[in-house]
Amino acid sequence: MAKVKIIQAGLLSSIQDLGRANYQNIGMPVGGAMDTTSLQLANYLVGNPFNEACLEITLLGPSLQFLNDACIAVTGGKCQIKLNSRVKSCYKTIKIKAGDMVEIGQIEEGARSYLAIAGGFDVPIIMESKSTYLRGKFGGFMGRALKANDELNFVGVTKNPKRLSIKNKHIPTFKTEVLLRILPGAEKERFNWNSIKNLLTSSYKLTPQCDRMGYRLSGKSLTQINGNSDIVSSAIGFGTIQVPGDGSPIIMMADRQTIGGYTRIGQIISTDHSKLAQLKPGDTIRFQEVSLKEAHRLLREHEEYLSNYRIS
Amino acid sequence: MNPEFHMSGDKAFIVRFGYDIDIKTHRKVKNFTRAIEQLHIRGVSQIVPAYCDVTVCYDPAIIDYETLLSKLKAIDINTINDFNSASKLIHIPVCYHEEFAPDLSFVARHNELDVEEVINLHSSVEYLVYMLGFTPGFVYLGGLDKKITTPRKYKPRQKIKAGAVGIADKQTGVYPIDSPGGWQIIGKTPLKMFDISRTPEVLIQSGDHIKFDPISPVEYHDIKEAIRNKQYFVKSETIMINNGQS
Repeated sequence: MAKVKIIQAGLLSSIQDLGRANYQNIGMPVGGAMDTTSLQLANYLVGNPFNEACLEITLLGPSLQFLNDACIAVTGGKCQIKLNSRVKSCYKTIKIKAGDMVEIGQIEEGARSYLAIAGGFDVPIIMESKSTYLRGKFGGFMGRALKANDELNFVGVTKNPKRLSIKNKHIPTFKTEVLLRILPGAEKERFNWNSIKNLLTSSYKLTPQCDRMGYRLSGKSLTQINGNSDIVSSAIGFGTIQVPGDGSPIIMMADRQTIGGYTRIGQIISTDHSKLAQLKPGDTIRFQEVSLKEAHRLLREHEEYLSNYRIS
Repeated sequence: MNPEFHMSGDKAFIVRFGYDIDIKTHRKVKNFTRAIEQLHIRGVSQIVPAYCDVTVCYDPAIIDYETLLSKLKAIDINTINDFNSASKLIHIPVCYHEEFAPDLSFVARHNELDVEEVINLHSSVEYLVYMLGFTPGFVYLGGLDKKITTPRKYKPRQKIKAGAVGIADKQTGVYPIDSPGGWQIIGKTPLKMFDISRTPEVLIQSGDHIKFDPISPVEYHDIKEAIRNKQYFVKSETIMINNGQS
């Protein structure tokens, strides 16, 4: 088994794949990568199946020393990559020799980068997934974020890997001010007209209380008609916008609990989840309502784009 | 009420059967969940039942939402009469000794009862498991005696150990994993409610009933030891329940 040693861990680096969607009925959070589009692109570049686990890097990247030959790629948030002090590009296959040092700097555009390794990381598969569930302390590498001196096993490269890249026009740009399209939430009718107007015409800022579970936003207050923010607990998804009693919306993210108890004003469409995942505290969001038909049309376009980069 | 259908984003529908936590609505949720599972609709991925509704996740690349919606609307839960009148009753041993029950005396004082009365009231009910959610293996139970309802702690605890049994308002439950929380802790079970090395990972499913059996600290440690040695078998039995159709 090939090995990579963590020299510096970065801010929050954890193993993630597409998560554990099939266990929500027993209360298991879906988890997995925040930006699943970038994860899939990274896997393509190293010849992995689209759902292989990658290293999810948050804001500040790790330094890694490879003890064996490898083939890697970094996608998602744009960051500086150095291979033995030589600058390398994101969105391209990078070949690594045993002993090489890879340093990933600060993420300059976006918030999360994905490092894929050909063959994948060798960590246990729990409930059909390699994802780290930080709160449950299981999955991924020992159920936690990486630390200095960790040694991760990976399935080494056997044949000469292809050098691949993502076309320039297909490389996403991540802005600090985004427009996110939404569908009406299950309890939209419980909000007064002014609140719906506020949601759709003013901007909301990500507060420092943002993590893999959810983003708390600040902005114009959203209030329910009868002042009651509670619902009989019901399932929530990635991008569900919940509004608790204080009137400030919370967007549910990858490690959200399966069930929530607050009114749901809206739901961010799947096509915009990648943009959402790449936001950080201080960034701003505007919301725009679209129809379900339009959401599905955009999703088809997005799937077509991703299908260019899928190993069949 | 007739089921209401609501989109939940571009990959899910919510099918709602009521607005309150009651057994009749729960039965509808269970029946609908079973019916849709049996249909094996291509493109339907996950089905997540809650108290009053069922979230049906789908892949719009495989099934058109209008087609799915008409299939969901065609399910007539009133004609489904196969709700099993038998349920599984699972016995959860709980030690209510003060060592494991930091808030038991508060719950007693709050309700003007003796500690013994609280234990008796808490351990004499067969609770219905309405759903699992929040964290893996967390059970939402119905049936807590009104005499021992107690509000959440004003300041939540940073860490509550897995196995802690608590009360929050009209709810009671067991923490399946270590987590922060504001419930009043009145005991602890040595059982692992959630265990990734076990199949299935959870002890309890939605629709089961559970009963808390009081045990002494010595029994607590004995059971803990037996679980470690894989020599403990969770006690369960089949009980007959009112089928709620009346």
